[in-house]
Amino acid sequence: MRSFTYNKADDVAAAVQEVSANQEAKFIAGGTNLLDLMKIDVMKPRHLIDITHLALKTIEETEDGGLRLGALATNADTAYNEQVEKRYPLLSHAILAGATGQLRNMATDGGNLLQRTRCYYFYDTDTPCNKREPGSGCSAIKGYNRDLAILGTSEYCIATHPSDMAVALAALEAKIRVTGPDGDRVIPIAEFHRLPGDTPHIDSNLQPNEIITAIDLPAKGFANHYTYMKLRDRASYAFALVSVAAALEMDGDTIKEARIALGGVAHKPWRLPAAEAMLSDQKATKENFRMVAEAYLEGAKGYGHNDFKIELAKRAVVRALQQALEMEVKS
Amino acid sequence: MGNNSVTSPPKSSVKLHINGEQKELQLAPWTSLLDALREHLNLTGTKKGCDHGQCGACTVLVDGKRINSCLTLAVMQQDKEITTIEGLAKDGELHPVQQAFIDHDAFQCGYCTPGQICSVIGLVNEGKAKSLDDIRDLMSGNVCRCGAYVNIVKVVQEALERSESK
Repeated sequence: MRSFTYNKADDVAAAVQEVSANQEAKFIAGGTNLLDLMKIDVMKPRHLIDITHLALKTIEETEDGGLRLGALATNADTAYNEQVEKRYPLLSHAILAGATGQLRNMATDGGNLLQRTRCYYFYDTDTPCNKREPGSGCSAIKGYNRDLAILGTSEYCIATHPSDMAVALAALEAKIRVTGPDGDRVIPIAEFHRLPGDTPHIDSNLQPNEIITAIDLPAKGFANHYTYMKLRDRASYAFALVSVAAALEMDGDTIKEARIALGGVAHKPWRLPAAEAMLSDQKATKENFRMVAEAYLEGAKGYGHNDFKIELAKRAVVRALQQALEMEVKS
Repeated sequence: MGNNSVTSPPKSSVKLHINGEQKELQLAPWTSLLDALREHLNLTGTKKGCDHGQCGACTVLVDGKRINSCLTLAVMQQDKEITTIEGLAKDGELHPVQQAFIDHDAFQCGYCTPGQICSVIGLVNEGKAKSLDDIRDLMSGNVCRCGAYVNIVKVVQEALERSESK
C-alpha cells in the first residue's frame, strides 16, 4: 500500500473542514472497500480521516414517524435492529443478502452507499478503465462483461453499482442527509447515485467535501408485502447478476401502490416510478406484473456476455412481485 | 541515481488491547490489524489468506464481534477488546469451540481453522442462526479449501445448542 498520513476526527465540523482543506484526503469508516482498493493501487488517498469516532451511530425514530439510520451504524447493526426488522424488513433482507458476517460487522451504512463498482477492469490496473483513469477507455464494453450493466450505460462505462442495501433504499424512497462546508442538505436516494455518462469516475452527487450523516427512511415500510430477490452465481457472498427489491401495498386483490427497484443492472439502483404507477389500482396478476417488467427493461442493451440479464431481469421482476404478493401477512 | 535508502515511514504510538493485555507498538498508519498481530506481536495464529476480506482466514473478534483483521488499520482499533485465536483457551482448557473442531474433525490442513473458530464464536454471539441454511449463509465469509464444511457445520450446531442451553 502507498504511504499516507492519518488523523482521527472528533466531530462532523472538524471532519468536513479537514477534508475540504486537502484534495487528496478521504474519509475512512468501515474501510472494507477503501482499504481493499488501496491495496491494489486503485484508490490512492494521501491522507485518511478516521470518522469512526463521530456520534453518527444511532438508529432512532424521526418526528414524521420514519426511522433515521446514523451514517456510521454498521450494516449488521442496521439489519438486526428491531425497528428495521419489524418495520423495514425489505431493507434488513437486502443488507443480509450482501457481503459476509465479518464485513457487515465492519461496513457502515454511509460507506455502503459509497462502494465502488466491482467491474473486473476497474480492479485490474493493467487495463484501461474510464472510472479508474478518466479518458483511458472502457475495457468492458468489448471485453468480458457478464456481470455488467444493461440499463443506463454509456459509451464510456457499463459498470454496475454493487450495493444491495441501496436497492432497498431506492424502493423505500430513503433520503440521504449530508453535511458540507455550506451546511446541511438532503439528497433523495434517486438523485444520490449517477449514471456514467461521460464522467463515469464520479459515482455519486455527494461532493468530495461533504460527509453523509444519516439515511432517513419514510414512515411507510411495506412490511406486509415485500421481497428482496437476489440472483447470483452462488447462494451466498456473491454480487448480484440481477436483484429486485419489490414492495406492494394491497387493498384486497387490488394493488394500491407498487415499488420496484433493480440492482446489478445499472450504475445506480434502477427505479421507474412511472412504470410502477401502471400497477396502481390494477389487479395483481402475472400479466400485469409482466407488463411492468417489460416497461422496466425498455431500452435495455446487452453487450454480449450479459445479454441474458435482460430476460432474467424481466422474469425476476415478475417472480419478486408474486413473492411479495403471496407472502403471509403478519398481523 | 539518488540516495540508496528511502526515508523510513513516519510511525506513531498505537495502543492495542489484545487477549487481555495492553500492548504499545510503533506503527506506520497503513499497518493493518492483521500485520500488527503477525509481524509486530508474533501472534501468528491469525492467518493471512487473501488479504482482501474474501477468505476469512484473518477473522478475529473485536468487542465480541467477528471482523476481517486484514481490512482494518491497527491505528483504528485502539480502545477496543481484541481477541485472537491465541486468547481463547483459558487456564489450559481449550475454548469449547476449539474442542468441538477436534471432536468433529472439522479441518484438514488447518490454515483456515483459527479464522473459522473466531467466526463461529462471533456467529453464536450474534444469535441469528436458526437453521442449517442460516449457518451455511452466515459462515460464507470463511473459505475452507480442504472442504471440511460438513463437519464445520456440525461444530456450529453444537456451539449454538450449547449457547441455548445456558
